[in-house]
Amino acid sequence: MLEELARIAPEADLESLAPAGDLRDELDIDSMDHLNLMIALHRRLGVEIPERDYPRLLSLDAAVAYLRTRGA
Amino acid sequence: MAFPSIEKDRRGPGPRPNLTNYRATCRAFSYDAVRRELGRSPGGGFNIGYLALDRQLARGLGGHLALRWLGRDGSVRDFSYAGLAAEANRFANLLRRLGVEPGQRVFALAHRTPALYAAALGTLKAGAVFCPLFSQFGPEPVRTHMEIGDASVLLTSATLYRRKVADWRHELPSLRQVLLIDAAEDAPEGTLALTPALAAQSDSFEAVESAPEDMALLHFTSGTTGRPKGVVHVHDAATHHYATGRFALDLHEGDVYWCTADPGWVTGTSYGILAPLLHGVTMIVDEAEFDAERWYAILQDQKVSVWYTAPTAIRMLMRAGAELAAGYDLGALRFAASVGEPLNPEAVVWGREALGRPFHDNWWQTETGGIMIANYAALPVKPGSMGLPLPGVRAGIVERAPDGGVVEIVEPDRVGELALRPGWPSMMRGYLHEEARYRKAFAGGWYLSGDLARRDAEGYYWFVGRADDMIKTSGHLIGPFEVESVLMEHPAVAEAGVIGVPDPVAGELVKAFVALKPGALEPGHEAGEAAEALARALLGHARKRLGPAVAPREIVFRKSLPKTRSGKILRRLLKARELGQEPGDLSTLESDES
Repeated sequence: MLEELARIAPEADLESLAPAGDLRDELDIDSMDHLNLMIALHRRLGVEIPERDYPRLLSLDAAVAYLRTRGA
Repeated sequence: MAFPSIEKDRRGPGPRPNLTNYRATCRAFSYDAVRRELGRSPGGGFNIGYLALDRQLARGLGGHLALRWLGRDGSVRDFSYAGLAAEANRFANLLRRLGVEPGQRVFALAHRTPALYAAALGTLKAGAVFCPLFSQFGPEPVRTHMEIGDASVLLTSATLYRRKVADWRHELPSLRQVLLIDAAEDAPEGTLALTPALAAQSDSFEAVESAPEDMALLHFTSGTTGRPKGVVHVHDAATHHYATGRFALDLHEGDVYWCTADPGWVTGTSYGILAPLLHGVTMIVDEAEFDAERWYAILQDQKVSVWYTAPTAIRMLMRAGAELAAGYDLGALRFAASVGEPLNPEAVVWGREALGRPFHDNWWQTETGGIMIANYAALPVKPGSMGLPLPGVRAGIVERAPDGGVVEIVEPDRVGELALRPGWPSMMRGYLHEEARYRKAFAGGWYLSGDLARRDAEGYYWFVGRADDMIKTSGHLIGPFEVESVLMEHPAVAEAGVIGVPDPVAGELVKAFVALKPGALEPGHEAGEAAEALARALLGHARKRLGPAVAPREIVFRKSLPKTRSGKILRRLLKARELGQEPGDLSTLESDES
């Protein structure tokens, strides 16, 4: 996930990213970036992420937990 | 596939639409009658802040809900007209204490918090000029816009200040104070914590007796060349905001209205603050970003009756599926409108199927200050069309003649440039400090929009494309020049050409073609990991400077870019090739891309 984030927002300081913080605030990414991240995660992990679940992947922690439950 | 017109059933429930007989309304319409209806303050002023707040108190709406703010964390804050006026008055008093004079510019770089709305209205009441910036802009556009606008005061948050302003703040001599919305007493040096500062101010303030032609709002827009332009609007813009709130948004007493646009863009100010308050309705403001389920819940729970949103959001809702919408009761929704870029006919029709209401697309620009062409509540909607000109607005399709003049195209369905007869109240009054560029926007008695369009035999307008290289992405107009300039600052870049490429959600995405300086990549490494790493470094550089809303989403390398004899990069050719289209006239091409 961090790799995909770095691809979308290479300027982001992923070292100091608070795992529970909202990615959109922490990293200055917008909703198009987030959409692209969802698509990238789907492609990379083969996990279906229905559009309605996108809000459940707004922080690093939440996204990891979500992806685990989906078998990633 | 052709989409049939959507006819309206006028016997439906709800109030009678404000515009039912288009021709008769257009004939009878006069802006002076609208001005008389709005009236003036007791001292004779025509001040938007007065008209939006104090006038409503005088009409007995003091206890009516003006603003319901929905926090990201689920909290709700309500402001009656009297309550919002009190907050605005504190801000106006604070500006006065800081020595801000009428006409001086108050910038806002802030998330959608109640303080932002109170500040906008307080600024207007104080006779100062409200200049909103989008919080997802990077430091570069923020600085440029504040320089162009001679910013006196900046309202922002502690985080946005630290990330985007602090580094260069002392290089902007006009900037006398920075107000931090969320700082406590420990605001950093050179800034002022807003909350305690406001608490010390009185909550009453007599609005400055502005003249209708006094500057009220300053928005920014990009050009294909040169610096962004500061688009000047005056207090009389309220006349058009009010008229279009009535006809294009069909606002009625008692409406709950939700404009999803951020006040950092012109829609979020003209129709996200001013038009609803001028009509005395309740406006919903959501602090959070787009989220399909959250949005449906807001429409349902707040009983939103009039909704003004944007194509990108609508297409994201479409991706989420009509089944999701079906789980919510959207019965309160009477009218749904869209602006930002042309709304594709599928989305118009989808609105009717999924929400029970078709989306009504409309067209306008930062320069026009308000809606110019629209689909109306009571009239048939032609999916894919921007609709018919507003009462009071005279539009036309023109072509530029070789002598510099323009000729109107009268036959239907011929493509030309969409133009407007000047004189509507929210028309820009200038590009700040750029008289020559302002004059260039007019010719032969027309304002030239830069958009290509056609008008069908029934008078409906259809967007065709841009006449220039401007990029329409997520409803925002991005100038390729400012993106190219930032890319060129990177030591590895020799040339950059930036275009918009079609995207199913955003309309267009910003894509950059870059030719590198010799030696930027070692021979044999023009593709592969090193190239990918450099592309990423460039992307990061651009995003850091410009912010995600303006920076490219994709960067590709070329050995060289197609150029004219004078060395101008032929973006049009890059775009034609990207789209697999005929590039058109290439007589100016001197060196091609490789």
